[in-house]
Amino acid sequence: MKILVCISHVPDTTSKINFTDGDTKFDTNGVQFVINPNDEFGLTRAMWFKEKQGASVDVVNVGGSETEPTLRKALAIGADSAIRVNTPATDGYAVAKQLASVVKDGGYDLVIAGRESIDYNGGMVPGMLAAMIGANFVTNCISLDVDGTSAKAVREIDGGKETVSTSLPLVIGGQKGLVEESDLRIPNMRGIMMARKKPLTVVEPTDANAETKAVSFEKPAPKGAVKLVDANNIDELVSLLHNEAKVI
Amino acid sequence: MSILVYTESENGKFKKAALEVVSYAKAIADQMGTSVTAVTMNADNAESLGNYGASKVLSIKNEALGNFNAKAYASAIAEAAKQEGSKVVVVSSSADSKYLAPLLAVGLDAGYVSNVVEAPSSTAPFTVKRTAFTNKAFANTEITTDIKIVGLSNNSFGLVESGGTASVEDFAPSLPDSGVNVESVDKATDKVSIADAETVVSGGRGLKGPENWGMIEELAEVLGAATACSKPVSDLGWRPHSEHVGQTGKPVASNLYIAIGISGAIQHLAGINASKVKVVINTDSEAPFFKAADYGIVGDAFEVVPQLIEKLKAFKAENA
Repeated sequence: MKILVCISHVPDTTSKINFTDGDTKFDTNGVQFVINPNDEFGLTRAMWFKEKQGASVDVVNVGGSETEPTLRKALAIGADSAIRVNTPATDGYAVAKQLASVVKDGGYDLVIAGRESIDYNGGMVPGMLAAMIGANFVTNCISLDVDGTSAKAVREIDGGKETVSTSLPLVIGGQKGLVEESDLRIPNMRGIMMARKKPLTVVEPTDANAETKAVSFEKPAPKGAVKLVDANNIDELVSLLHNEAKVI
Repeated sequence: MSILVYTESENGKFKKAALEVVSYAKAIADQMGTSVTAVTMNADNAESLGNYGASKVLSIKNEALGNFNAKAYASAIAEAAKQEGSKVVVVSSSADSKYLAPLLAVGLDAGYVSNVVEAPSSTAPFTVKRTAFTNKAFANTEITTDIKIVGLSNNSFGLVESGGTASVEDFAPSLPDSGVNVESVDKATDKVSIADAETVVSGGRGLKGPENWGMIEELAEVLGAATACSKPVSDLGWRPHSEHVGQTGKPVASNLYIAIGISGAIQHLAGINASKVKVVINTDSEAPFFKAADYGIVGDAFEVVPQLIEKLKAFKAENA
């Protein structure tokens, strides 16, 4: 089985979010970038398929050279090789289109992406990719098993979960549950040394026009200070929620 | 040219999010000088959508669509959009709608923007405001394609009753091979889901153990709320993973979010920040959640929550 794991290069959760150029660009100054958490669960599940079922695992990112350390980290975790499509990630559609070209060229059976990235939160790349390449698609995926060309997946739904059967070729929108947080791997020194020697191929982009464009960004209005209510005066809280916040 | 809106139902009954997306579609239709057509799947009382602004309903009744299937639903909605010549399609932010929307976007060659929180600031160019950076910012986003798909964030627009009426037409789209088959569904039917809830009551490690969740459930019942939990609580197995809210769990965008014994790690706050009013109850006045909350009580949950339940019961009895 040939697996491709899509890796989004995102600001760490604790990053301060600021914008530059008249609030039109994300300010990367001082921001630490990491593998998108939803992708990391998928990558770790892919390593399980590699170790238990002899799958090969490649990772891919659509972005400039600044994303290479993130791809190297994925290689240090255990992926076999990495591909970087040399073009900025402009919108979900354009990224999906680039990925579709990589999947077609590489003949992958299973593509694992995160259900969404934690920066733009579009949640559209895996689904668009599946539609473009004519593969089956399961998102919000919290469990995945593959046997030959058949697959069984569990999808989180509003208020519960759903078990589905499907077949390869398959695209997954993964999240926590594919593996647990305690299963995530921190690259060790040997992994980091090996990652330096693994292939990281830069491919030039295919034609793809974005369909959407973030014209400007804004931050939420600063929140007022918390109103503290005395623990012995619960009546006041009920009154505030009713009369002031109007939520009960 | 009408605005097409996909309205979700469960066991024939419209979800609240369905009424909200119709209300929202009506606002866009008014801006663009057109009307709203809704698509329903095995829903009863389709004409009731008229009250929220739909003037026409394409009613699909097909047993093959009894279980949600993203590909089949997307294909049916695409066919409806083509029939109506719709240039704008509106969907909700439910798990199902977010699943089908990217497929629909490719099927219609449409640009898709998710997590939209307001009516378009302009319809030419078509520009909407969406949340980004896990609720730490908004992005004003232009859709440049001929057909546009807008995914509305739940609880962001509200319900607007217009008192209109809708004509209902049967609609029988052709269905593709679905490729993904539902084997089983495991869902608590007697509880409000986190996605649909107007109020969410959430517990953290401060509650000390799963045996203490009785008061969380009772408080939720009094408020008609969904129950949720922090990540450590689901990692410890005190509560099911489906209750975990936060960055790697479910997102919450309720009107009222009550956090009990949750310190407020940044990953947790990122997932619940879209909630309008946040209340925190915690013994530690230095807990980061107090910086994110609107109302706070520094106190022991085991003393505060039972009192809150009693006071809310009395309040409800008075205001019933």
